[in-house]
Amino acid sequence: MARLELQHLRKQFAPHVIPVKDISLTVEDGEFLTLLGPSGCGKSTLLRLVAGLDQPTHGQVIVGGTDLTFQPPGDRNMAMVFQSYALYPHMTVAENISASLKIRKVAASEIQQRIGVVSEKLGLNHLLDRKPGKLSGGQRQRVALARALVRNPEVFLLDEPLSNLDALLREQVREELKQIFNAQNKPVVYVTHDQTEAMTLSSKVAVLLDGMVQQLDPPSRIYTHPANRFVAGFVGSPQMNFLELNCENSMARVGAFSIPVPTEVGERSQIDLGIRPEDLRLAQADETPTFRGRVTLVENFGREQLVTVQVAATTTKIRMVIPPDQEWDEQDIAVVLEPAKIHWFDSKTGDRVTSSVA
Amino acid sequence: MIHQPDPALLTLVFLTIMTAQNTTTPPKKIPTQRILLWVGVALMLLFCLAPVLWQILTSFKTNPAISAIPTVYIPNGDQLTIAHYFSLGNEFLRYILNSFLVSLVSTVVCLAVGAPAAYALARLKIPGEQIVLAIVLVVSLFPYVLLFLGLLEIVKAAGLGNNYLALIVPYTAINLPLTILVLRSFFQQLPKDLEDSAKIDGYQTVPMLLQIVLPMTIPALVTTGILTFIFAWNEFIFALTFITRSELQTIPIAVAKLGGASVFEIPYGPIAAATVLGTIPLVLLVLFFQRRIVQGITAGAVKG
Repeated sequence: MARLELQHLRKQFAPHVIPVKDISLTVEDGEFLTLLGPSGCGKSTLLRLVAGLDQPTHGQVIVGGTDLTFQPPGDRNMAMVFQSYALYPHMTVAENISASLKIRKVAASEIQQRIGVVSEKLGLNHLLDRKPGKLSGGQRQRVALARALVRNPEVFLLDEPLSNLDALLREQVREELKQIFNAQNKPVVYVTHDQTEAMTLSSKVAVLLDGMVQQLDPPSRIYTHPANRFVAGFVGSPQMNFLELNCENSMARVGAFSIPVPTEVGERSQIDLGIRPEDLRLAQADETPTFRGRVTLVENFGREQLVTVQVAATTTKIRMVIPPDQEWDEQDIAVVLEPAKIHWFDSKTGDRVTSSVA
Repeated sequence: MIHQPDPALLTLVFLTIMTAQNTTTPPKKIPTQRILLWVGVALMLLFCLAPVLWQILTSFKTNPAISAIPTVYIPNGDQLTIAHYFSLGNEFLRYILNSFLVSLVSTVVCLAVGAPAAYALARLKIPGEQIVLAIVLVVSLFPYVLLFLGLLEIVKAAGLGNNYLALIVPYTAINLPLTILVLRSFFQQLPKDLEDSAKIDGYQTVPMLLQIVLPMTIPALVTTGILTFIFAWNEFIFALTFITRSELQTIPIAVAKLGGASVFEIPYGPIAAATVLGTIPLVLLVLFFQRRIVQGITAGAVKG
């Protein structure tokens, strides 16, 4: 019904301050798009452009076929949840939730009914007469959410809504958010720097860096097919290992060991290899290990152990995940790389060079 | 002219100290420390309030008790009177009203002009903002007494002599720089998210300022408003020069003009009574609004 389109959005503050360079995105009904990136990548600025709080230098914001680029934020029928919640401190919870409806001259009886439905859904019934100052962080967050839901807007915008909650509550609210927005069937744009939120909530993730979209894909594909070194390193924890290797005759050299380079990569003298710690494993007794090395550090996470291995006769270090029940030889550990799980990146541009990885 | 500490300001300072003490003293402490604390507080109070207490005492003593030597510190029943208050007469109410009118109007105008200016300076990216601020600051540095000869000429030229406006306009102008600077720094601390949120909710600019920003600004408005009000209430030189008709006089002038039957007689009793009466409204005002100042009204707006 209302698809959100961003066309060539650009925001320039000063000749060399361009938080958003050229971003085009489409979010369909019921799609949950997450803008993921490190701080300063332009994700919040982009959201403000969509909301109309800032005017783009050029480009368009289109909702359901209507160009809203020059509409003030109040006329866009978008609801936004702020990181700081931004509740009006002098109004009760009920007044906070209904402020936008009163401005739009919705009938009093309908306002009452809508507040009832939303507060029922979010468990705010007993808090309606309180001021925000008397609420806990989690409750304030719900009020901010209720304020967005009650409007029944065409598009939802969320700016790091979970980052002010403590870790336990965050997990719980994350689940609730997922259920709530699944039921809404409206385009949702969600800004976060937290990859877990991005992976669990979204149907699509846009990874941003320096005001450009690095990759736009479903979360699983972002994980399995990172488009470049930045995305590969930003998504996934523990972080992917990167090795800058010399190539010879389609073999990449790590010290005395060599790893076959797929033919589609072509002949090059240098290449970057990326492998996630969970895609490395200890070699079985009858297997030829990819390389051997010495263990320099063991971090125990309970569920697994993160082991740092220094490849024999080099300074190269690789981190790998080993199940807690497995044992290994500290001095001479034998490691296997699954060839299919290796990501190859161009050593100059950082772009992915293999088209597919199983 | 005797320069006394201003009772209204003192009240404000003391209330602030007391509130701070109450909140920081844990319920169980070594008694000697608490005793020392309260002795200290009492001594401070006595030191600062002594002139005020002396005025109050004088205003209730009979004329012989005022001039008696040795000094009467604790008057007995015969030495007490409230005749000094009655001697001031009904016209004194008129002076209080004059002062009240002039102070109130200049305070309101000062806030009404200063708040939007401060908001604009805090939120909009105006080219030359620093220059504007510097000019505002420089204006606030002028010793206002030096301005008064020039102002007198202006008042004469504008035909504003013996008009409330002759006081209201200068009082407002003198207090505007401070109001703008204080309110600007307050606006800068207000979370901008609230205004963004209001815009998304659909508020137009003016309703947003009135319904969202203004209620949160009340503590700062009250603080700067009280300062302006106290200044206007106590101001002497302008009020003496620009107003000559007695029915338009403000309290400081009225008190100064109280005279005895001859030049050799100073009516200490009535002067003290007039000072007390002239101060009470200020003290009440500060007491009334002080809770507003201490209250952190923005609590709960954003995660702190």
